[in-house]
Amino acid sequence: METAYPPLNELFVFLNTTITQISIFYSHIPGSGILLKYIKNSHQNDPFRTILELLLVFFAIIYLFTKKYRTDNLIELTPQEVEELVDEWQPEPLVPQLSDEENEFDKIPVINGPQGPRVKLVNGKPLLNISSFDFLGLLSHDSIKEKAIKTLREYGVGSCGPPGFYGTVDVHTEIERKISDFLGTEDTIIYSQGFSTINSAIPSFCKRGDIIVADEGCNFSIQKGLQISRSIIKWYKHNNMEDLERVLRKIKDEDIETGRRLTRRFIVSEGLFENYGDITPLPNLIELKKKFKYRLILDESLSFGTLGKRGAGLTDYFDIDPNQVDMIVGSMCYSIASSGGFCSGSFEITEHQRISGPAYCYSASLPAMLTVAATESLKLLKQNPLLLSTLKFNTLLFKQLLHNIKYLLLNGSADSPVIHLRIDEGIVRVGDIEDKEKCLQDIVDEAMNNGVLLTRAKYNRTQELFSIEPSIRICISASFNKKEIEKTASVIKSAATKVLKNRVH
Amino acid sequence: MGKGSRTKVSTAQNFQLSTSESSSDHFTSSAMKVEQEGPAKKQRYVSKRREDDPGWKEEEPPYYFLFTTYLSYLVLICFGHLRDFFGKRFLSKNYKHLKEQNGYAPLNSDFDNFYVRRLKLRINDCFNRPVTGVPGRKITLLERETKDYCKTFQLTGTKRDCLNLSSYNYLGFAQSQGPCADAVEQTVRKYGISTCSPRNEVGTSNLHLQVESLVAKFVGKPAAMLISMGYATNSTTIPALASKGCLIISDELNHSSIVFGSRLAGAFIRVFKHNNMTDLESLLKECISQGQPRTHRPWKKILLIVEGLYSMEGSICNLPKIIELKKKYKFYLYVDEAHSIGALGPHGRGVCDYYGIDPNEVDILMGTLTKSFGAAGGYIAADKNIINHLRLTNHATIYAESMTPIVLQQIYTSMSIIMGEDGTNEGQERLERLAFNSRYLSTNLRRLGFIVYGDRDSPIIPLLLFNPAKIPAFSRECLKRNLAVVVVAYPATPMISSRARFCISAAHTKEDIDEILKICNEIGDILQLKLSSNKIRYTIEEVLRDGENNL
Repeated sequence: METAYPPLNELFVFLNTTITQISIFYSHIPGSGILLKYIKNSHQNDPFRTILELLLVFFAIIYLFTKKYRTDNLIELTPQEVEELVDEWQPEPLVPQLSDEENEFDKIPVINGPQGPRVKLVNGKPLLNISSFDFLGLLSHDSIKEKAIKTLREYGVGSCGPPGFYGTVDVHTEIERKISDFLGTEDTIIYSQGFSTINSAIPSFCKRGDIIVADEGCNFSIQKGLQISRSIIKWYKHNNMEDLERVLRKIKDEDIETGRRLTRRFIVSEGLFENYGDITPLPNLIELKKKFKYRLILDESLSFGTLGKRGAGLTDYFDIDPNQVDMIVGSMCYSIASSGGFCSGSFEITEHQRISGPAYCYSASLPAMLTVAATESLKLLKQNPLLLSTLKFNTLLFKQLLHNIKYLLLNGSADSPVIHLRIDEGIVRVGDIEDKEKCLQDIVDEAMNNGVLLTRAKYNRTQELFSIEPSIRICISASFNKKEIEKTASVIKSAATKVLKNRVH
Repeated sequence: MGKGSRTKVSTAQNFQLSTSESSSDHFTSSAMKVEQEGPAKKQRYVSKRREDDPGWKEEEPPYYFLFTTYLSYLVLICFGHLRDFFGKRFLSKNYKHLKEQNGYAPLNSDFDNFYVRRLKLRINDCFNRPVTGVPGRKITLLERETKDYCKTFQLTGTKRDCLNLSSYNYLGFAQSQGPCADAVEQTVRKYGISTCSPRNEVGTSNLHLQVESLVAKFVGKPAAMLISMGYATNSTTIPALASKGCLIISDELNHSSIVFGSRLAGAFIRVFKHNNMTDLESLLKECISQGQPRTHRPWKKILLIVEGLYSMEGSICNLPKIIELKKKYKFYLYVDEAHSIGALGPHGRGVCDYYGIDPNEVDILMGTLTKSFGAAGGYIAADKNIINHLRLTNHATIYAESMTPIVLQQIYTSMSIIMGEDGTNEGQERLERLAFNSRYLSTNLRRLGFIVYGDRDSPIIPLLLFNPAKIPAFSRECLKRNLAVVVVAYPATPMISSRARFCISAAHTKEDIDEILKICNEIGDILQLKLSSNKIRYTIEEVLRDGENNL
């Protein structure tokens, strides 16, 4: 290479040899050919591509060395400031001081001895109990007791383990089969508490992004199940099928508008509403569910064992194939007079819960004695159709006797053994919810003085999503005779008159 | 805490002290504290924190096993995807439930279901094994077979009696005979089966009040309340204690029910590393000084939730340190004693008793009655005003069924026995036997060279398996030798540390535990499970001969 400046020439020579040496050295490194080939390929005679690659490498290095990205905007504090803040901080008390609520506390009746249609309080007073969910009067049945004792002598009391770890006892499998047969579904799964059944069944299927349409009148357990599922929740007006259709249609429109992908969709309702005592129009619900392609979760806690020709709940009542309902959730602590809950449906539904239902997987299974007691109750229900007809008769009789009651309204469907007595605001002058509850509590106390045990329906009002009118909840039982029903009706009537007559408009 | 390293009185009968100390150079008997108490010699072990306790640490296996564990999962996952790839093309009817069907989204998403479908399914025979009878010292399994690779099982009609290392029957109260069962029988005749109403409506009976005051007395708190399901005790109580604007600090390994309850509470949740007090302290510092996220307003209150004894790790929470932190950082403390109540402490009164701490230092003590008491349900114990508040706001007391009379009676009788109120020494004997059994098994498994997690006094003893193929292998080998064990894998544990979990009971005799040691030793050799880096190893003969020394 000829240039006008000899020193520069030397420089070029030097550079040349160094570069040659480096390239020779480089070619000795194993795998170097691949890198070179990669660079050549990516370069493709276009410097812009190489610059881009270099930028990417540069960016990666910067990214590696920058501090962890945090979404919360932390304030930089010196250790001393932290100490001061820690010293200064004063927490609120763990629980608020109870005020007059404590009064309510003394009003909770304590039953001395067995629970049943006729109970004794601690003070020795005998009462007619028209408040417990023992619709069929199986609570004090001798054959159930005998079966339970026999089980005790074979299985002990506790199951001492979750179902997954040697807690699946043969009696559990048996009752699962019996309930499936009774309902007409494929399979059933047993939980160890009625309340925790549906709030565990819902989140085992519904995840973030799924859509749930639920009735505003749904009970607290369902509300908590919906909350924990983190799904998108839409509410429709209580038992209002037009509103349900409106909500479903709106979701469909949104689907088209936003083009969101298909996720799981559920409609959740109760068979017989705990808070209202009315029956959901299942045929319409099924029609809508099919039309809009939703799955149906039906809480039959109260309707199981009380409604239908066989007592098999709402599907029996409306004569609908139970397999049309995707999940039937029920409780064994009401009509069946034991403890625990169940969820019935297809194999797919139950098998999935056996792996992912939190209250199933992480809790000890139902004690064998209670399981066998439930099986026996179910057998008695099947064998004695008289139980259901007596229940129906008692319900009708009670409603007939109270249909002309003044000051109070009878809420609930005609066939429902659950009746809510609410204050008739058209006649009676009352204030806010607290005032109403006080009036109702006075009625309860007055009835108790006259030999009838009533209870207000209790709620956790700060956490219920929708406000519910205060009420006295009556549960008719098949174990009352005609005279007892007449007595309760007249006691309620006179108690209501006594408490509310001074408050008439 | 931990006054006097151990009360150990020398003995005869069941536990024989080895006399040939010189022959075993590993066991230095000089460290033993032996007290002679009259001619009737009896050796007593007490569940109590010792001053020299090494605490727990999680031992790592040799790198080779770490590597093969990851490799095994990789192979399993690749193979699973390969099967899915071909299955979806050639056997699409088997995959119908994972695809959209005439407008319905699948119930299980393909991705979420992969682990269950391709990994868990292979070893389904190790889970949900059906049983019958009392889950006591022995448990009767109903044998089953599968014709479709663990998809479904058919009972063969035969039974198999196994030594029970799986049930949470710590004090051996799962019995169908004896004082508890007799009392329960009488209660059934007198009270019936159930109550059919929530506590706050008409579901309260005099039995409830009796048992509640007994529970309060037992745990050493002014008041207590009962809830009919153990899981629901946490999941319905935590929302009644914390709400928006509050902070819940939770150990990373807390039980699912605590997580469920905390999520329902609507409070902000932060998690600290398992039992790591340094991490907890720095988290507390950060949270208190920074306040609520974004607004930086101070927290209304902070609730720290820890478990007394962790059910998968066998580790006992560092309560003394937590109490120390509590004084400085003014948080409220909620201790879940699901496993520790009845199982820890010289009087069986849980983790406070174990450390010798006054229970009033803890704000809320929660526990289950399913385990040590052989019943069901759970309790919350605290100051009177807290319990009164909870009775009115806890979901379970308002909406759920109240505890059944039979369960109440079982609790009452078993708890009275533990407290010695029945006038016998039976409760104390059960506690001591459990303390001995736990210590004996966990120490000797370590001596054999197994990697065992957890504290020495814990009745829950996790034996680490690591490689996924060893999970079913261990379970099946145990079953062959009539030993019912629980094996746990991901997602209940971290992917790498799958384990077998032994739950020791007071119902086990020393001979049972020796049998267990022999079986484990045998399987340990077959499956290469003795991976401990501890150089001092003992043979099974040495362990059986001198295992009781120097526990």
